[in-house]
Amino acid sequence: MATVAKKSKKTRSSGRPSDHLTDEQLLKMYKTMILSRKLDERSWVLNRQGRAPFHISGIGHEAIQVAAAATIRPGYDWVYPYYRDLAFILALGMKPVDHLLGLLGKAGDPSSGGIQMPSHFSNAKLRIGSISSPVATQVPIAAGTALACKLKGTDEVTVVCLGEGSTSEGDFHEGLNWAGVHKLPLVCIVQNNQYAISVPMEKEMAVKNVADRAAAYGITGVVVDGNDILACYDVMYEAVERAKRGDGATLVEAKTYRVTPHSSDDDDRTYRSREEVERWKKRDPILLFEKVLFERDILTTSLQKEIEDWAIAEVDAAEEAAVNAPYPEVEEMHKHLYGPMPNWED
Amino acid sequence: MAIMNNIEALRETLRQEMERDPRIVITGEDVGPRGGVFRATQGLYQQFGEKRVIDTPLAELSIVATGIGMALTGYFKPIVEIQFADFIFPAFNQILSEAARMRYRTRSDWTVPLIIRAPYGGGISGGLYHSQSVEAFFAHIPGLYVVAPSTPYDIKGMLRAALQLDDPVLFFEHKKTYRLIKGEVPEEDYVVPIGKAAIRREGDDLTVISYGLAMHDAVKAADMLAAEGIYAEVIDLRTLRPLDKETILASVKKTGKVLIVHEDNPTVSVSSEVAAIIGQEAFEYLDGPITRLTPPDVPAVPFSHPLQDAFMLNPEKIARAMRTLAAY
Repeated sequence: MATVAKKSKKTRSSGRPSDHLTDEQLLKMYKTMILSRKLDERSWVLNRQGRAPFHISGIGHEAIQVAAAATIRPGYDWVYPYYRDLAFILALGMKPVDHLLGLLGKAGDPSSGGIQMPSHFSNAKLRIGSISSPVATQVPIAAGTALACKLKGTDEVTVVCLGEGSTSEGDFHEGLNWAGVHKLPLVCIVQNNQYAISVPMEKEMAVKNVADRAAAYGITGVVVDGNDILACYDVMYEAVERAKRGDGATLVEAKTYRVTPHSSDDDDRTYRSREEVERWKKRDPILLFEKVLFERDILTTSLQKEIEDWAIAEVDAAEEAAVNAPYPEVEEMHKHLYGPMPNWED
Repeated sequence: MAIMNNIEALRETLRQEMERDPRIVITGEDVGPRGGVFRATQGLYQQFGEKRVIDTPLAELSIVATGIGMALTGYFKPIVEIQFADFIFPAFNQILSEAARMRYRTRSDWTVPLIIRAPYGGGISGGLYHSQSVEAFFAHIPGLYVVAPSTPYDIKGMLRAALQLDDPVLFFEHKKTYRLIKGEVPEEDYVVPIGKAAIRREGDDLTVISYGLAMHDAVKAADMLAAEGIYAEVIDLRTLRPLDKETILASVKKTGKVLIVHEDNPTVSVSSEVAAIIGQEAFEYLDGPITRLTPPDVPAVPFSHPLQDAFMLNPEKIARAMRTLAAY
């Protein structure tokens, strides 16, 4: 069975990786969560205003994503995110405008130049791999990347994310089987938000925890409260260290909840109660983190307001830039099918 | 100059290129100590070690996917083997949705220089699932190169060309040609450009367009017809995506008659595409119906010998179709 990670405590106790995070680091993580939340909320607004055709949200998932980013080396370690990883990619160094350019299908969208649907993040400089829409395909690809790093003899770690719904795909199984066979420097984060669109967890799998499956691949499995950012950090830190040491892959299951509908085209009132959603909103990862930060006197009411104002200003500026940015030229559709052919005639 | 069969040319080219480029790794099921079920990688594990010739789990999806993931790092140039083309379909989504679209969907930020080798084709008592021609499924996909070399010379030249590309290549090898077809393979380096067809035999009376094992049968049929005073031009497509329109159209404009021959099912196949190109771009040069000769439109080659023989093409069947067209 997978191990279950410890919860965060009010005060720092010795022996947990997150104890060593400085106040500045903790505040930076908090700011990224707030920025991601404001940007996500703005994306919903743009959709409801009819200006963005589609949005898929990461609200409620921010803790595990920001924690994961804090444990790796952006631009050095490899990350295959999934479509709810807005906070993750912001924490790695992508900008709010990068997301909004994609949301609006603008030429400057650094992920795909407006070719892909929104939130299909990619950034080669930051080693953020590109994903498609068929789910879980990135897991065996990430295993290949981890294998390449291992064969090359680097200490680069590969992190791959997906939702629990996607773990039903064969790609997930095959990827983790490779991770086990080759003892790969891989961390697979399953953000378990308990629904595959409308299908609840109990109709997706018979096991209680996705991480229990790790045993079948001969890798480490850990369950963590995905709304508790410090607990997530602890688990991710250990997993990344395990990978760097050459001790193999970890399947991290971050239990969380999707407080929004699956996407802007979904209506979650058709399959779950408002009470259930409201219950989870009280466990919002931002609220939980604020509680810790207030208790440790790192956050004050005025600083909280300052950070919120900063985030809104960032999002305002990003929106203005994205709205005013040009659409791709039609000729772009015909480009980037193939690289240049070598000159074989000579 | 050495005389080799197709599998020897393949193996020697893999060996030479691996000696030259330490980034090349081979993965696949049984490619290691066993040297592959067709012996394509025989001796390579022993020469290059387990870090460069990697036996994989029996899982085509992830054989391709891990190849993609390795290629994305730029650290390696993977050549992955699918043991039989019939078993490539679990990996279809990885090839279609990931390998073929990575460059397009990231505006060339990420590329997948990956070679996927797969033996295809029948005539070897392989039944429905060890004999299929699967090339049309992949030739449909923008972002892929699809090649089907059928001579030892071309196998070396096209594998070397494929290794110089920065995009995924489906490298289909007709398994019956592995030991059946022999030819000269120069020691020195050369490439056979991808996207270029070959004229195997020149003639003015009609054009036969083919590839793979059927192309060899078509050359034999053309030899038979030459004895009867009918001179056919035989084109070996070699690359199925992109098609060499220039060579196809030049020949058809010269002869006015065209027969397209392949072992794959006819419906929505390579011959469908070649016929459409000729119909649209050389209509006024045609002096007869664009004709196709393929096996019947049934799933694949049946196991039982008489059924297999009835399914497969041969020089006599092709010669008959050529005579009919020549007389039109």
